[in-house]
Amino acid sequence: MTTRIDTRFAELQKQGRAAFVTFLMAGDPDLDTSLALIKALPKAGADIIEIGMPFTDPMADGPAIQAAGLRALKAGTTLKKTLALVQAFRRDDDATPLVLMGYYNPIYIYGVDKFLVDAKKAGVDGLIIVDLPPEEDSELCLPAMQAGLNFIRLATPTTDDKRLPAVLANTSGFVYYVSITGITGSGSADSAVVGEAVERIKRHTKLPVCVGFGIRTPEAARDIARHANGAVVGSALVDALAKSLDNDGRATASTVGAVTELVRSLANGVHAAQQAAE
Amino acid sequence: MTSQLPNSFRSGPDERGHFGIFGGRFVAETLMPLILDLEKAYADAKADPSFQREMDGYLKDYVGRPSPLYYAERLTEHLGGAKIYFKREELNHTGSHKVNNVLGQIMVARRMGKKRIIAETGAGQHGVATATLCARFGLECIVFMGAVDVERQQPNVIRMQMLGAKVVPVQAGARTLKDAMNEALRDWVTNVSDTFYCIGTVAGPHPYPMMVRDFQSIIGAETKAQMQAAEGRLPDSLVACIGGGSNALGLFHPFLDDPTVEIFGVEAAGHGLTQLHAASIAGGRPGVLHGNRTYLLMDEDGQIQEGHSISAGLDYPGIGPEHSWLHETGRVTYLSATDHEALAAFQLLSRLEGIIPALEPAHAIAKVMELAPKRPKDHLMVVNLSGRGDKDIPQVAEILQAAQK
Repeated sequence: MTTRIDTRFAELQKQGRAAFVTFLMAGDPDLDTSLALIKALPKAGADIIEIGMPFTDPMADGPAIQAAGLRALKAGTTLKKTLALVQAFRRDDDATPLVLMGYYNPIYIYGVDKFLVDAKKAGVDGLIIVDLPPEEDSELCLPAMQAGLNFIRLATPTTDDKRLPAVLANTSGFVYYVSITGITGSGSADSAVVGEAVERIKRHTKLPVCVGFGIRTPEAARDIARHANGAVVGSALVDALAKSLDNDGRATASTVGAVTELVRSLANGVHAAQQAAE
Repeated sequence: MTSQLPNSFRSGPDERGHFGIFGGRFVAETLMPLILDLEKAYADAKADPSFQREMDGYLKDYVGRPSPLYYAERLTEHLGGAKIYFKREELNHTGSHKVNNVLGQIMVARRMGKKRIIAETGAGQHGVATATLCARFGLECIVFMGAVDVERQQPNVIRMQMLGAKVVPVQAGARTLKDAMNEALRDWVTNVSDTFYCIGTVAGPHPYPMMVRDFQSIIGAETKAQMQAAEGRLPDSLVACIGGGSNALGLFHPFLDDPTVEIFGVEAAGHGLTQLHAASIAGGRPGVLHGNRTYLLMDEDGQIQEGHSISAGLDYPGIGPEHSWLHETGRVTYLSATDHEALAAFQLLSRLEGIIPALEPAHAIAKVMELAPKRPKDHLMVVNLSGRGDKDIPQVAEILQAAQK
């Protein structure tokens, strides 16, 4: 099975550059603006798009993404509408990989089998579900693989060599290395330490390794991209979005521009990094 | 539900932390190694006779156990049916059953060499118990508490601060217990190396539901022996209130395989089950939150709803996973009591027995007021008086004054 994610990483490797992975919350601050934003991302330099599925209780997220989720829920975003958003994006773009990221409960309530069918049909390529460790693989990871979707696992500084094989066993698409112990949007990792961690993971897998958490500037993105196959930025984009809203939390004329401008400069940072020969 | 009845109701969970379909370990990867460490540390402690000996010493001389099993003569006469006994957990040091569990977890934390203890709290009883034992053992203590609960449970906030704990008001979400738990999990993900998360109820990822139940089961074990001494037999029924459900499971668990014992859990029905409430079993369905699959209050999209109860200790939108399983197997009957019923029980008990209960067990008393009159005089009913009402006095006084106007 080859997904858009596999194809994209193969292309990038040929070009000798790392992937710039962006995260935005579906329906933040409303579904129309959200669609406009997501559509603008590939042109602004995003190689892979992660879309958050809003949840009331995002236990691994910091204040920025918590607020994004609440704005999205307030705007009436549901899992069904998130899938419709993906479908709308896919009408004009059949190449950019799209990954849904979130928590398990909304999927469990939607119904795992129905969700996988609908997600595949909408054009989703992969899933990152924060609260499904390998110990719970039978819930969604294995059925997702069967349905032809990548299940992208998070590896963290607490995932030691003994545990890594279990974490990587059913992972596909890429490995998402969480560079700090902490919530999204907090702290930042030293790129040398991250480099060592990425090398450690690469000793256990041939999959691309992308690094996220704590990347906010083009320079930081470039430093990370030197060591990894991709850099993920979320909270910084969500912060830029939040700053562009009016006092009632609604989108303004500058919202899409504010986000895409930051995406462009971060993408330049990532793409400036020369990839070490594989 | 068509679940096959197990040979024993006391053998769970399985090695992956499941009670039937409930329980499990739904946590971020960062926490998974910590949870596996805890599972091992707890198994080691359980197998070590010196651990239990040390616990027994503190339970006796520091907590004040065993707590009495008291025949509530005037309440029995007033209701005119079953003979009612109170398991007096409100007489424990710190004023509730919470200390049984906290003592156990702090002893495990000490074995693991953890110096920084975090906890979530709703009514503040678990926070006070945690602050108390951290003071006793010289550990740093941080308690996460919803900002709304900080307001309505001031006496407990002050107690925690006097005991040297740092109370962090949580401004996220509805600013109550669920949000306090989210914030505690966020702290734990951030401070993995030195921090022990002391969960206050029989919920969360495995091994917490099992471990907290084990530490609370002293309630039921004592009750069994005390009832044998008082009446020469088993009780006929047990009644306890349920938020997450730790006082209830502590009382119930030793009796689960005694089929003659009827067991009732009482959830908080708030303004009523068709309005704002916190009765996860009566008004919820199975979902995944805070590390486990269990009955939860949520909307059609799987978004978690806020619980509502007059009692800050009960307004959690979930329930321990073992309760969900006991509900589906039919072993325990889950009822609910409204704010109004709990207030009436609070007042009745204060005047009839000279015991001011916490608003949480007042919910259990409210259902005793319904159940007891329908039972014969030789029926032995035990209700868990899980906490004392000192913390609720300002809030109840305000409500009663407002009602008089």
